[in-house]
Amino acid sequence: MGLFILRRLGVMILTAICLTFIVFFMTNLYPNLEKLAKTQGNFRMSDAEVTSYLGQNGYLQPMPVKYGQWLGVLPGWTVEVSGGMRGRCVTGTVTAEALAEAPTFCGILQGYWGTSTVFKTEVGEIIATRLGLTAKLMFWVMVLMVPSALLLGVLAGMREGSRTDRTLSTFAITTTATPEYVSGVILIAVFASSAVGLKWFNGTATGAMEDASFNNFFLPVLTIALYGMGYIARMTRASMAEVMTAQYIRTARLKGVKFSDIVIRHALRNALIAPFTVIMLQFPWLLNGVVIVETLFNYKGFGWVLVQAAGNNDIELLLGVSVVSVIVVLVTQLISDIGYVYLNPRINIS
Amino acid sequence: MDPLGWGEIITRILIQFIPVWIALGLTFAVSVTFKRRLGLYGKLFDSVIGMFGFALVMFWVFTGIFGGGFGWIVTHDVLAQISGLKNKEPGIPVPDAEALGLYPYYLMGGDNLARDVFSRMIVGAWEVMKIAPFATLFAFMVGITLGLPAGYYGGRLDTFLSFLANLILAFPVILLFYLLVTPEIVLTGIPVYMAGVLFLFPIIFLTILFNSRFFTQPSKRNIYVALTLAIGFWVYLGIAWDADPLGLISFPPNLLVVFVAVVFVNSPTVFRIVRGLAMDIKTRDYVAAAQTRGEGPWYIMLWEILPNARGPLIVDFCLRIGYTSILLGTLGFFGLGLSPESPDWGSTINEGRKLLSIYLHPALPPAMALLSLVLGLNLLADGLREESLRD
Repeated sequence: MGLFILRRLGVMILTAICLTFIVFFMTNLYPNLEKLAKTQGNFRMSDAEVTSYLGQNGYLQPMPVKYGQWLGVLPGWTVEVSGGMRGRCVTGTVTAEALAEAPTFCGILQGYWGTSTVFKTEVGEIIATRLGLTAKLMFWVMVLMVPSALLLGVLAGMREGSRTDRTLSTFAITTTATPEYVSGVILIAVFASSAVGLKWFNGTATGAMEDASFNNFFLPVLTIALYGMGYIARMTRASMAEVMTAQYIRTARLKGVKFSDIVIRHALRNALIAPFTVIMLQFPWLLNGVVIVETLFNYKGFGWVLVQAAGNNDIELLLGVSVVSVIVVLVTQLISDIGYVYLNPRINIS
Repeated sequence: MDPLGWGEIITRILIQFIPVWIALGLTFAVSVTFKRRLGLYGKLFDSVIGMFGFALVMFWVFTGIFGGGFGWIVTHDVLAQISGLKNKEPGIPVPDAEALGLYPYYLMGGDNLARDVFSRMIVGAWEVMKIAPFATLFAFMVGITLGLPAGYYGGRLDTFLSFLANLILAFPVILLFYLLVTPEIVLTGIPVYMAGVLFLFPIIFLTILFNSRFFTQPSKRNIYVALTLAIGFWVYLGIAWDADPLGLISFPPNLLVVFVAVVFVNSPTVFRIVRGLAMDIKTRDYVAAAQTRGEGPWYIMLWEILPNARGPLIVDFCLRIGYTSILLGTLGFFGLGLSPESPDWGSTINEGRKLLSIYLHPALPPAMALLSLVLGLNLLADGLREESLRD
């Protein structure tokens, strides 16, 4: 087991390095840098001015070197300009002595995430606060989604082909066929607009960032939960239906055990192995949903920051956001793999 | 003139759809009559869910072709703005319609630029039909060409390709879109290079397909392979590099970027499915028989394994077209790739949502359209799965 986890960890780190390099490469392409120079300086910069700006800020080094510095495994760049020195690890133009005192390595490994050009603050700080807000959203999504999806799947799967099964399965298919931006629009239209007149909930979740109430937080939570719910429910249903045809269930029925006891005490535990992996693997998908829903409901969490960073060419922030999301995805994959092996004794890892 | 009532609006919309009803009726009449001779497709008409899904899908296919391709169903030009109709409710009469020779009503109202919501929804179907099925097909060709050898040979090749696939799958889709489909990246030409690589796969696939089948009959093989290569590279040059020597085929550059992004996101999942199926099927007796006969590896992969994996692949193809439509909508929703005036559903929803609390009618029709199309594809896939498992 230890070796298995170690190997998975190795692959995970390799994947993370490859992915961050791809993002780094894409964001540091010359047209992006040129746009950055022009938004930071002024829009009428000549090509020579752009080059000198980029040179003074260390953007013109070879890509692998820049990546190494960003990661914190290569010493940060230093440039001599008129009136002092500039470097990766210091802000602005400083004297040579100040530069010598600054740390040599400053990358994400040292906890230096850079500064956002849009929000004008530290990237680490932005990500921490926004991630907190999104965690709140995700927590309630999980609270709503997982129990209802499992219940739906178990109810549908315990009597395969019955009318309950048909109805619940159709519902599950409908929710998986509805992307968040469609269900969100429909939910707002029905429950929050003045045109229909129900106005039960708020159409925006901006207020939920400070104090979340059922009124302003239910619609975004429901929108994300609905999309994932159908998928988990279908997996649970398939797994449940399979378990219900097993020999030991038939034995229990022939022994005269009550149907509810069979479901709860015999079938449920074995039927929930497959949905566990599915729930864990839903995280990357939920990340997508989070971006859409946060944009739709104007909830300024992690997904909203992603859109802002990508839309405004905020290189350092975008890199930070991608590192975090890639790590989230990879860690959940790892947990789901380990959990699957742990839950299912039939799988032998060696 | 007074605005129309709901009954009249619905009647007029049904009348506008007459070509679609006729085409749907014909399709169903022919299919149900000959369903015993049509294989899996015919069996679909034994399942209510499958038929319902098929009807929904074909409704949008015909709507797209007749409305966007032939311009039959649409009532107004999708870009025409008529002053005074901004955000007006469904059924609003168009001023001076008779004098200008226009359709006298905005059947589903006007959007916030005073354009006809109904016509935009219809042409939006065409935008999906132009991209989604072909992008899915390309993704399947890429996935099959790489997944079959990975599953059949295993070993290092499998490890390497699976690592690449997992790499793409671990990327949040929206981040990938933002990285790929921005004007700055398009400027560097990366999407075109990606198209250059991705669009090679269909040619490779078809060439190997024919070569492995007919290599014992060189005269036949030469004709097929030569035809595939000639047509393939002609289309390839035109689509990927916009360098068609005859100047016939060209592809709008912004559409190409969207196409490439969608194919790129979809292929790793197809790869994983095909790889899994190939690993399962390669242990069967008929594969062993083919190996004993001395057939080449590509013949076994493409003519023994692939046809026997068709059931799950067809089902996944239907689901994947739906997923691709969702992805296209996502792109439109974030205003990526397609032009801001484009009538595709995602962009229209995005525009409509800003005034959603006051005006429902601009955002709801495209939302319901997308929902029904994807639902139809899901039900169709479900029906196909059920019917293909039955025998």
